[in-house]
Amino acid sequence: MAAKTLTINGKQISAEEGATILQAAEEAGVKIPTLCHLDGVYDVGACRLCLVEVTGVPKLLPACTTKVSEGMEIKTDSEQLQKYRRLTLELLFAERNHVCAVCVANGHCELQTLAYSQGMDHVRYDYCFPKWGVDNTHRLFGMDHNRCILCTRCVRVCWHIEGAGTKNVAGRGSKAKIITDLNMPWGESGSCTNCGKCVQSCPTGALFYKGSTVAEMERDRSRLEFIVTAREKKLWVASD
Amino acid sequence: MSKRILIDPVTRIEGHAKISIFLDDAGNVSDAEFHVVEFRGFEKFCEGRPLGEMPGITPRICGICPVSHLLASARAGDAILAVKVPPAADKLRRLMNLGQIIQSHALSFFHLSAPDFLLGWETPQAQRNVFGLAAANPDVARAGIRLRQFGQEVIEILGGKKIHPSWAVPGGVRSPLKSEGREKICGWLPEAYSTTKHALNLFKTILQGHQRETQVFGNFPSLFMGLVALDGSWEHHGGNLRFKDSNGNIIADQLDPQKYFEVIAESVKKDSYLKSPYYKPLGVPDGMYRVGPLARLNICERMGVPQADEELKHFKGLGRGAVTSSFLYHYARLIEILAAVEFIELYMDDNELLSDHLRADAGINELRGVGASEAPRGTLFHDYTVDRDGILKKVNLIIATGQNNLAMNRTVAQIAKHYVHGPEISEAMLNRIEHGIRCYDPCLSCSTHAIGQMPLQVRLIAPGGKVVREMTRG
Repeated sequence: MAAKTLTINGKQISAEEGATILQAAEEAGVKIPTLCHLDGVYDVGACRLCLVEVTGVPKLLPACTTKVSEGMEIKTDSEQLQKYRRLTLELLFAERNHVCAVCVANGHCELQTLAYSQGMDHVRYDYCFPKWGVDNTHRLFGMDHNRCILCTRCVRVCWHIEGAGTKNVAGRGSKAKIITDLNMPWGESGSCTNCGKCVQSCPTGALFYKGSTVAEMERDRSRLEFIVTAREKKLWVASD
Repeated sequence: MSKRILIDPVTRIEGHAKISIFLDDAGNVSDAEFHVVEFRGFEKFCEGRPLGEMPGITPRICGICPVSHLLASARAGDAILAVKVPPAADKLRRLMNLGQIIQSHALSFFHLSAPDFLLGWETPQAQRNVFGLAAANPDVARAGIRLRQFGQEVIEILGGKKIHPSWAVPGGVRSPLKSEGREKICGWLPEAYSTTKHALNLFKTILQGHQRETQVFGNFPSLFMGLVALDGSWEHHGGNLRFKDSNGNIIADQLDPQKYFEVIAESVKKDSYLKSPYYKPLGVPDGMYRVGPLARLNICERMGVPQADEELKHFKGLGRGAVTSSFLYHYARLIEILAAVEFIELYMDDNELLSDHLRADAGINELRGVGASEAPRGTLFHDYTVDRDGILKKVNLIIATGQNNLAMNRTVAQIAKHYVHGPEISEAMLNRIEHGIRCYDPCLSCSTHAIGQMPLQVRLIAPGGKVVREMTRG
């Protein structure tokens, strides 16, 4: 496969043809913040946190879905990008009810970790305080829509790793929500295999093991990668 | 002309409140009321949350007694899971509650109340606080602050942090005591004993010069309620409810806390966010009861540890039947600190506390569960109703301070009647009235599940309702 040469933050690197900017940056040791990206499933460019600047392109591009090309000049950490990332995070926090102090994922939450790392010390927008409920009908797992950021990781692992197709997105805009089957209580779903991949994939406290208490939800994403590697490469090895 | 005196805000208590004193035409006090002016609504917004989160959410009611809410909430969870908590978890919860009792009582005695009786009622307000105490009597202030630190460290050693640990859960606790933690606690014990005994001696000396305060600071008959062990000894986490009257007669005993609502009802007053529970069979006002250290010592027959039992004998000698003066809450608090230190010492020899069998696992087996535990200020009830998926449908919290509400009103009126004659009232009089409230160490953040700072407001009110004098300081 042909290699492409490009620069990231002034540093010259080479990347495989067909690789995304996110993959190329990772190879080169440049960290780009992400929320909806999950190793092992395809990307959708939903969260807009991995936006980068590419010289000659007037708009910002998501690193997870943009392929590298020859001679590309990429900036991943300009002042403008930092500003937009903080803004995106603030909007995510304002949109639903994220209360870290009493959340099952406190201390193990990707949204919380990103907010810390991007220096988000307050939210400039009015909180929406929407009335979302908790679906606790499943025997093993719970779903708190208050904490969902609609990254759709759970939907993608359910369809493309497990192949069950239980999780879906219904509605539009701020009314969009993750549903199970035809918008029925999770516990009544006929397609759910109880595999728990969605719970492993969730970046926040939205999906959790039932009965979890504050700060108890720790996840092991390497299990998902293990399954994907086993299936695609016929190698039963852990990544690290 | 008749008048009303308003003390707003009341200082050196946890929360925000004001006091109204009603004067008659002759200028004498006809009545007084204690109002709590905060509102928060925890009972409402917990609805819809999963049960497992409740021991994380409810401690946020308060930064002084989060452990009390944590433990009561976990117990309500135990009842809903319908499990028996592993013995090690029960002992560890007790150990944390003892730490909580020590830190909260030390705060009440040394930081909030001691400035009044150690520095004197007439001391200017600017110096009558823990900083003034540190300047006048640095050894006492320092020892008191360190005693509180000991209690906080017990909490931290078990729960990982001093305030709002997420440690007790429905079915048990999340982590054991580690041997390093045990060594740390053991290292504190000699100093904790020494400070507590010194404070007890100091208070007994002070008491000799405070006969009048003992007579008029909330000295009246009432019922007393709290948890006692099956053998009638002092209990702080577990056991059953007992009511005693001021003659020392047990009027109800070994009541299951799960059925507290059969004996306790709540009345609501239009001018305060604090609910007023009362003993149902007697109604209001005869059903007025007090909770907290004074009540716990009145209802129990023994503490269960030798040094505190010696003190209990002396304490019981101060009353006939029951000790009825709220000024002696301070003494009861110190005896409880001593008992807590003794019980902690006993636990240090118990290897079961290092066990890792700490959590009983179960689904939702009961749709309603009550968790009762003795908070430093009195019996705390968390009453949850859930659906079959464990989502909260109804939450009722009955807080210690609320249960003392009727008695606090009575105390304010008694002190005001004794000291206030006419509209001119001095700072020292105001302070005595406030101290009547401080005896109960009320936690208004908890009792209204509310938020706020704590200055003092007093209003003098004429029979027509006109406010004739209003004093505020903060």
